[in-house]
Amino acid sequence: MSKKFSIKHIIEDFPILEVKIYDKQLIYLDSAATAQRPSTVINAVNNFYKNSNANIHRATHNLASRATEEFEKARAKVANFINAEPEEIIFTSGTTESLNLLAKSLSKDLKKDDEIVLTEMEHHSNLVPWQQIAKENGPLLKFISTNPNGTLNLADAKKKVTKKTRIISVVHTSNVLGTVNDVPSLAKLAKSVNALLVIDGAQSIAHQPIDVKELNCDFFAFSGHKMLGPSGIGVLYGKKKLLEKLEPAKFGGGMISEVTFKDSKWGELPWKFEAGTPNLEGAIGLGAAVDYLNKCGMHDVESYLDELTSYALTQLSKIKGLEIYGPKTKRGPIISFNLKGIHPHDASAILDKEGIAIRGGHMCAMPLVTEVLNQKAVCRVSFQIYNTKEDVDKLVEGLKKVGEVFKK
Amino acid sequence: MKSQEKPNQNWLGEAEDDIYKENILDHFKNPRNFEKMTACTIKHSENNPLCGDQIEIFLKLQDNKVIDAKFQGHGCAISMASASMLTEKIKGMSLEEIKKLSNEDIFKMLGVKLGVVRMKCGLLSLKTAIKAIESRKK
Repeated sequence: MSKKFSIKHIIEDFPILEVKIYDKQLIYLDSAATAQRPSTVINAVNNFYKNSNANIHRATHNLASRATEEFEKARAKVANFINAEPEEIIFTSGTTESLNLLAKSLSKDLKKDDEIVLTEMEHHSNLVPWQQIAKENGPLLKFISTNPNGTLNLADAKKKVTKKTRIISVVHTSNVLGTVNDVPSLAKLAKSVNALLVIDGAQSIAHQPIDVKELNCDFFAFSGHKMLGPSGIGVLYGKKKLLEKLEPAKFGGGMISEVTFKDSKWGELPWKFEAGTPNLEGAIGLGAAVDYLNKCGMHDVESYLDELTSYALTQLSKIKGLEIYGPKTKRGPIISFNLKGIHPHDASAILDKEGIAIRGGHMCAMPLVTEVLNQKAVCRVSFQIYNTKEDVDKLVEGLKKVGEVFKK
Repeated sequence: MKSQEKPNQNWLGEAEDDIYKENILDHFKNPRNFEKMTACTIKHSENNPLCGDQIEIFLKLQDNKVIDAKFQGHGCAISMASASMLTEKIKGMSLEEIKKLSNEDIFKMLGVKLGVVRMKCGLLSLKTAIKAIESRKK
C-alpha cells in the first residue's frame, strides 16, 4: 500500500460520514447503489456554479470559454482514467442511458437471424434494453449460464457464442454476486466470431484500475455516481473506428454539423452522440472524482477493497444461518447474503436502527435472484474506500441482533 | 458570506417507531388464517415488485359479508403480520365496510407508525383485499 493511501484521511474527506442516524454513527454499506462524494467533488461542482457556469460549445463569451475548457478537460481526465482517447468518451446520464443508446444504435444493423449473448447475472440495465431490441427486430437473445459458485460458465459461453452472434454484452463486476468476469477472454471469444463486446462497468470502475485497451472490449459503460462523482453523469466508451461508423440514437442541438428542414448531417466525435446541453456540473464533478481516485491510486484502492472484502467474508461466514452468494475468492467488494427465515427488508430495518445502511431486495437483477439463486430477495453490503474493518464488526453485531429479534 | 455548512447532523425525518413490536412479531411467527381456502368465493393476489412481498387473499362471502378469510404468501414481517391481522379483522365485516378501510385504520391495526418505505409493506394486505372485492363486481 503506498504511503499516500491513508484511511483516516480518506474518511475525513467525506462530510456525509459525520451525519448521525438515530444518534448513532452512520455505517454506509450501500456504495454499490451509490457512493458518497468527497469534499473535492462537492467543491468542484459548487465552484463551477459560482465561477464558470455557462453553456458549452455555443457562445463565444468568456464564461462560455471557461465552461467549455473545464468540460473538455474533464473529458480528457476521464479518457486518461481508462486509457482511451477523449473523442472515444461520450458523456451520458449514466450506465443505463449509455447501454440504452448503444443498444438502440446497434439495433439498426441487426437482422432476425442474428444473436445477442448476455449472461444470467446482468443488471436490468444490461438486460432489458437488449431484450426489447430482440423483441422488435427479432434477433435471438441467449444467456451464458452461471456456475454454482457464482462464476461465469465459460464452457457454456463457448457454446452460446456462435457465428451468428453479433453482440456479447457482459457485466464486469456483478452487483449481486461480486463476480468479476474475465473480460480479455470474452474479448477473444467475441473476436473469434467477429462479434462486438460490450461491458457494463458500473461497479468495476470504482473498484479497480480500468484499461480499455488491455480489456480489449469494444464498448464500456459506467456511471459517475458509483465512483464518487455526481449522479446524472456517465460515460459510454467506444473504439474510435466503431463510433465513427455508428449512427446516433439521440438527436437535437449540439450533435449536428448542418441542419435544413429536410435533413441533418452529424457532427464529429464525440459530440455526434451528445445531443442537448449535457450535465455540465456533472462532468466537472466526475473530473474531480477521477482526480480524487488517482490521488488514492486505483491499485491501492483495489488492494484495500480486496482486503476488506476478505475480512468481511470470513466474519460473515461465522454467523449461524447466514448464506453468502457468489464466489469465495476473486470477487469485488459486494456481498449478498440471506439470514435463514428473515426477510431482507426486516434485516435492513433493524440494521438501520443501528445506523447501518445495507440494501435488501432483488438489486435490479430479478431473474438472477429469483431464478438462479432461487431467493425472493437478498441482503447486500458493499464497500468503498471510506469503509473499515470496524464497519464490518458493527455489521456482524447488528446481524446478531437481527437474529435475536426473529428467533423462534 | 462564507457558506461552510455542516451536514445535517441528526435527521430523524419521519422516524418510524420501533416497528418490531410484540404483536407484529407474534403475527409474523404465528400467522393466523395462514392457509389456502379451497371453497372460497373470491381470491386475489398482489405483490410489491420492488421488494418481493406477495400476498394472496381468499374470502368466503355470505349476504355481502365476509364469513371467512385466509391468506397465503411470503414477504417481510410487516407485510405478513398485516395480512394475518387483517384476515382476523375483516371476518364479519360487510364488503362496503372493508372498502372504506383507510391507511390510518391499518396503521392503528398494526399499532405502529410506518415510514414512507415500509408503508407499502403494511398496506399490501388491504390493497389485496380491496382488489379481491372489486374483482368480483366485474
